[in-house]
Amino acid sequence: MSDFVSGFWSPYIALMVLVSVVGCGVFLWLQGRARHAPGQTMGHVWDETLEEYNNPMPNWWRWMFYITVVFGLGYIVVYPGLGSYSGQFGWTSEGEYDKEMADADAIYGKIYKAYLKQDLKTVAASEDAQHLGAHLFLAYCAQCHGSNAKGSKGFPSLADNDWLFGGTPENIKESILNGRIGVMPPFAQLGAETVKDLAGYVRSLSGLAADPLRVQRGREAFTASGCIACHGADGSGNQAMGAPNLTDKIWLFGSSEATIMDTITQGRKSQMPAHKEFLGEAKVHLLAAYVYGLGRAQAGK
Amino acid sequence: MQSQATYNYKVVRQFTVMTVVWGIVGMLVGVIIAAQLIWPELSIVEWLSYGRLRPLHTNAVIFAFGGSALFATSYYSVQRTCHTPLFSPALAAFTFWGWQVVIVLAAVTLPLGMTSGKEYAELEWPIDILITLVWVSYALVFFGTLVKRKTSHIYVSNWFFGAFILTVALLHLVNSAESPVTFWPMKSYSAYAGVQDAMVQWWYGHNAVGFFLTAGFLGIMYYFVPKQAGRPVYSYRLSVVHFWALIFTYMWAGPHHLHYTALPDWTQSVGMIFSLILLAPSWGGMINGMMTMSGAWHKLRDDPILKFLITSLSFYGMSTFEGPMMSIKTVNALSHYTDWTIGHVHSGALGWVAMVSIGAIYYLVPRLWGKSEMYSVKLINLHFWISTIGVVLYIAAMWIAGVMQGLMWRAIDVDGTLTYSFVESVKATYPFYAVRLLGGLMFFGGMLLMAYNMMKTIAGGQAVNAPVLAVAHA
Repeated sequence: MSDFVSGFWSPYIALMVLVSVVGCGVFLWLQGRARHAPGQTMGHVWDETLEEYNNPMPNWWRWMFYITVVFGLGYIVVYPGLGSYSGQFGWTSEGEYDKEMADADAIYGKIYKAYLKQDLKTVAASEDAQHLGAHLFLAYCAQCHGSNAKGSKGFPSLADNDWLFGGTPENIKESILNGRIGVMPPFAQLGAETVKDLAGYVRSLSGLAADPLRVQRGREAFTASGCIACHGADGSGNQAMGAPNLTDKIWLFGSSEATIMDTITQGRKSQMPAHKEFLGEAKVHLLAAYVYGLGRAQAGK
Repeated sequence: MQSQATYNYKVVRQFTVMTVVWGIVGMLVGVIIAAQLIWPELSIVEWLSYGRLRPLHTNAVIFAFGGSALFATSYYSVQRTCHTPLFSPALAAFTFWGWQVVIVLAAVTLPLGMTSGKEYAELEWPIDILITLVWVSYALVFFGTLVKRKTSHIYVSNWFFGAFILTVALLHLVNSAESPVTFWPMKSYSAYAGVQDAMVQWWYGHNAVGFFLTAGFLGIMYYFVPKQAGRPVYSYRLSVVHFWALIFTYMWAGPHHLHYTALPDWTQSVGMIFSLILLAPSWGGMINGMMTMSGAWHKLRDDPILKFLITSLSFYGMSTFEGPMMSIKTVNALSHYTDWTIGHVHSGALGWVAMVSIGAIYYLVPRLWGKSEMYSVKLINLHFWISTIGVVLYIAAMWIAGVMQGLMWRAIDVDGTLTYSFVESVKATYPFYAVRLLGGLMFFGGMLLMAYNMMKTIAGGQAVNAPVLAVAHA
């Protein structure tokens, strides 16, 4: 295996494999030389009726067996199989992958590179680019953000023109290229009552029902506990640090009192992974334009 | 003169009844998870969710149903072909009760989410230890009986049962090597890491197919086909060659489960060529069984037990042709991770393993309860047709679905992007999931007929232990 770093293993593996493959053929040949008496039994009886005929092996079966042995030997001459011997074709799975990627790049690379030279807003306006972006989105983004880009719990909707880290084309491209980390620190130290007050206040910011007394106390705690540092005095958030707007009726983790209390008590940590290395800038450029277009379409409605 | 001693049929009867019981349980779970793939909302609570029921299904059909069938048939045939009662009735009884406890523990721990995460070896460490104890006892009973045999030669079915018992012991001990962490909830970590862990797992996984589901069931075939056909085994030489070639070659084939992964290229190549060489040794068993029928083909017309046995050999031949083909890397690049694999597995599991077991159980039940035949031969016939059609529906649906998925996943648009998203391939599979569920329901329905037929036969009969026969000389 890959951990067998000693040079000893390679000849050992090669020998084992060769002896085993050739051994199958030799065994078959030796057994084929035995004398048979077709239609006669071997002369043993078990359990009253069980006997065996002394028939030879069917010829077509023996030849099929030989052919697979010969094929196997041929295969490990041309492909890697005998330890570190790389085979006459010099084939490796990594090499095949690299070649397929290079071939694809030769055909499709120019399409992507042409868009990379264009401004993101121009790309977003191109119908061909949107088609391309939609397919890239389904392949790479839909797993978390959903096929309809509407997200799910903890994964933001990209179709609502509400942005945690900013909705300019450049902001979106930055989010995809280098990823984002969103952290809501835990505030369990405030105690359950204050957390409940805060949850009531946060609900009231989006016009949801809440106990007026708690809303009043929560408003004070919002300032006193330091929520304003990230979410702002009016709760409208701060895109520079990815602090969500609490007044827009859009909820990343849910709007029930219990969920908000969970969010405050235990905190939240979200990560958008970076795609620069994985996809390359050209594809990210198209994706950013596509996602920007999704938000614009929503805003236009 | 026949001696007064009798064969030990008690443990055979116990395993025979439990074969049918666990077959019904295991296949019912299969039907439930097949339905969950069409209606995901059927995952009502976590311990009935797909991810937990799926290993329960595989463990129940392979080790509970298949295992009980192997215990029953091997215990029956080894005494009769050795002309001596089972060695150590106490140990034999322990294997029965021990194996049942293993199954019940599996049925409790798997839905609770306790798993070692190794496919077909999910059971956690305390159960692994119990399995080891039962298996060593099984080996002692089986080989102990062979040692005290009255015949000079060992009959061919016993070679296969013996290889199956020894190798499964080896596979289980090596792959289940793990460090226990807690007793409850049961938790352990594998002794291997990374790609070595994957290789050990699929060395185990493929040999579980090769020895548990193939060698063991070939042992059933070599006893029950010649018995039911009333003909000698076609070729002693063929059985010798295909036996040694099969058990030797299977050991190398595991890496074909890890094509195009982090496994070194040379390991993948070696796995592939030995999988191709495996074709002839596998077919040796089919040919020997089929050719045993020569001169007796007319019996197929009105003997539904023979129908089960011979049809199982056809499915065996089909799936052991398909397996080597799927191990070819270029074919595997299309078939791997698709439902084609599920179709392949079930043509082996339902078509071969279940049908040869069902045939053998129908042979056994009347003999164990002192009857000349089953309560209703017509019901056996109905069972045969309903299950044959069920298997065909199942595997045809999964073949088409698998090839379709493979093609959809690799389809590329003019702009170099994937034509289909993953979920589109899931949507396109729904109709085939429905056909698969129908096929599975038919097979399951057949098992219910079998249970009824068995109960009526047992109710009308009486447990008998046949007298030990003296060795005949040809």
